[in-house]
Amino acid sequence: MIIAERKPFEEIKNMIAGYKRILVVGCRTCVTICWAGGEKEVGILSSQLRLQSGRNGNELSILEATVERQCEKEMVTQELGDKVQDIEAILSMGCGVGVQTIAEIYEDKPVFPALNTAFVGMPEREGLWIEMCAACGDCFLDRTGGICPVVRCAKGLLNGPCGGTRRGGKCEIDPEKDCAWVLIYRRLEKQGRLDLMRKYYEAKNYRKVKRPGKIEALEA
Amino acid sequence: MAKPFRETLKKKDFIVTAEAGPVKGSNVTNMVEHIELLKDKVDGLNVTDNQSAVMRYPSLGTCLLVKEHGGEPILQITCRDRNRLAIQADLLFAYSRGIDNVLCLTGDSVDVGDHKEAKPVFDLDSVQLIHLVHSLNSGKDMVGNELDGGVDYCIGASATPSADPIEPQLIKFDKKLDAGVDFVQTQAVYDLNELKRFMEHTRKMDGKVKVLAGIVLLVGAKMAMWMNDNVPGIFVPQHFIDEMAEAPKGKGVSRGIEIAGRLVRQIKEERICDGVHIMAIGREERVPDILEAAGI
Amino acid sequence: MSMGTDNKIIAFCCEKSAYLAADRAGRMRLYYPDNVRIIRVPCAGRVDALHMLRAFEKGAAGVLVMGCQEGACQHLTGNLRAKERVRYTASLLEEVGMDGARVKMVNLGPDMAQKFVRVVKDMAEKIKER
Repeated sequence: MIIAERKPFEEIKNMIAGYKRILVVGCRTCVTICWAGGEKEVGILSSQLRLQSGRNGNELSILEATVERQCEKEMVTQELGDKVQDIEAILSMGCGVGVQTIAEIYEDKPVFPALNTAFVGMPEREGLWIEMCAACGDCFLDRTGGICPVVRCAKGLLNGPCGGTRRGGKCEIDPEKDCAWVLIYRRLEKQGRLDLMRKYYEAKNYRKVKRPGKIEALEA
Repeated sequence: MAKPFRETLKKKDFIVTAEAGPVKGSNVTNMVEHIELLKDKVDGLNVTDNQSAVMRYPSLGTCLLVKEHGGEPILQITCRDRNRLAIQADLLFAYSRGIDNVLCLTGDSVDVGDHKEAKPVFDLDSVQLIHLVHSLNSGKDMVGNELDGGVDYCIGASATPSADPIEPQLIKFDKKLDAGVDFVQTQAVYDLNELKRFMEHTRKMDGKVKVLAGIVLLVGAKMAMWMNDNVPGIFVPQHFIDEMAEAPKGKGVSRGIEIAGRLVRQIKEERICDGVHIMAIGREERVPDILEAAGI
Repeated sequence: MSMGTDNKIIAFCCEKSAYLAADRAGRMRLYYPDNVRIIRVPCAGRVDALHMLRAFEKGAAGVLVMGCQEGACQHLTGNLRAKERVRYTASLLEEVGMDGARVKMVNLGPDMAQKFVRVVKDMAEKIKER
């Protein structure tokens, strides 16, 4: 799922400076799971903004809301519908897709992102999310025992490790990080499928997904 | 005029190459000095390409200087800074100016260099780069278009005999040999038994490729330890660190030269591989001393 | 919204430990400042960063989260989670320019009436200084 992180408070504060009536809107899907923009985080950020404006003697009234999925226009209008009328600006705690969806629906309102959308990943354990997929549109996982070299190899190599692998099979750029190709080697060896790693793979086709990506279903 | 490297590879018994590291700037004075000093003492002079992801005068530029001064240049191309178009274009240009040896490298990550916020390219990896050079050598670009004026490169690859674990590295290395490589320059070698095992493997895969063992000059125990932590692909074993630490004050470099000389001599006498590639980073002027200490 | 001018302290008290300690202090006639409002919770782990922030919004000048001693939590890790949340809330306060020391985690046993009184008095002192 999409993993995001809340922007530094200073940055958010500066974005909404001058506005007196704002809507802070979160999302119940990806950003809830990574503790960045769910209902609770909306509450916390709103509380902080109120405390802060109170200290500065500024006027700030905040309306809080959370959409099931901020990237779906119907869900956004269903949840926010008439709430936006008296609002001067919207602070979205959704991922980049959510922010843009809201900006498109409420075109006359300034919309600000409270989060930095970081990557596609998963929770390795409570409170730790790691990137797993580059959304490259040309999935290679059948050839690497299910370990993605595009993301997990720092250089995105397709034919084996670089010469900079640290002793013990750690990555050149981070002694705490495993070299993806060593992981791939070990997994394929376990499965007796090292022939996959011995094959030569040609240079990646970066046009598999023409950016900005677009996929249209035949049934549409 | 220096002999073409590909001829030397075929004919000479023990091959010696060295590295010239470019300057960070446009002042080529020191580089020219190093080139003049080394050009007749080695069979080929590599020029690094933004080594360790530190921005410097380009390999291509310095290779032209080597050529101008009568040396035999070995162009280094990494995949870190250029995409497939730029790489092909550079290879066409280099060849048109008389450079016909190229070492194909992946390239150190931007994170270890001095421009850590740069966008790394890595459009290709080193194996794909070797295939690319073969394409150009056969008169076509990478996508099959005919070239008006081809190239004929002598192709080199790198290897890391001291990698741990070694198996994934060897699998990739075999792909390079399979693609067709004329010479190999390895990363720093300090354990000759490791080198022997690596050579056993290599000879099984390809009886003809010439392998030059990488020799990195140590200048101090601290420097050796720093390299272990910070320079990709280098591992200095503890006993050499100790030997360096025991050197009297101010004699660190001399001890390093002794060690390097010893390694080169042993590799030559035992015919472990086909030659050496000497990397005296920042101390190019000491390369002749190493050769002397090795009895070459 | 008042900004803690009456120096109110909100004390979230775990019913297995701090609440009992507070009660004991009362029965032992140990006096503590009367601007303390005690909120009974089933476990310190029930208290969230949002509860603490809202307490400040409603006018608290200091917040105490009081739970069992480490290792003694009936819910095993409730007091440990509370400790982390207090730390997190302190950083949230710092972000808005408030002193993170206004929120504090306290561990005690059900009979530690004196400790209860002491930490409350300490917090009252601290918030007076600002």
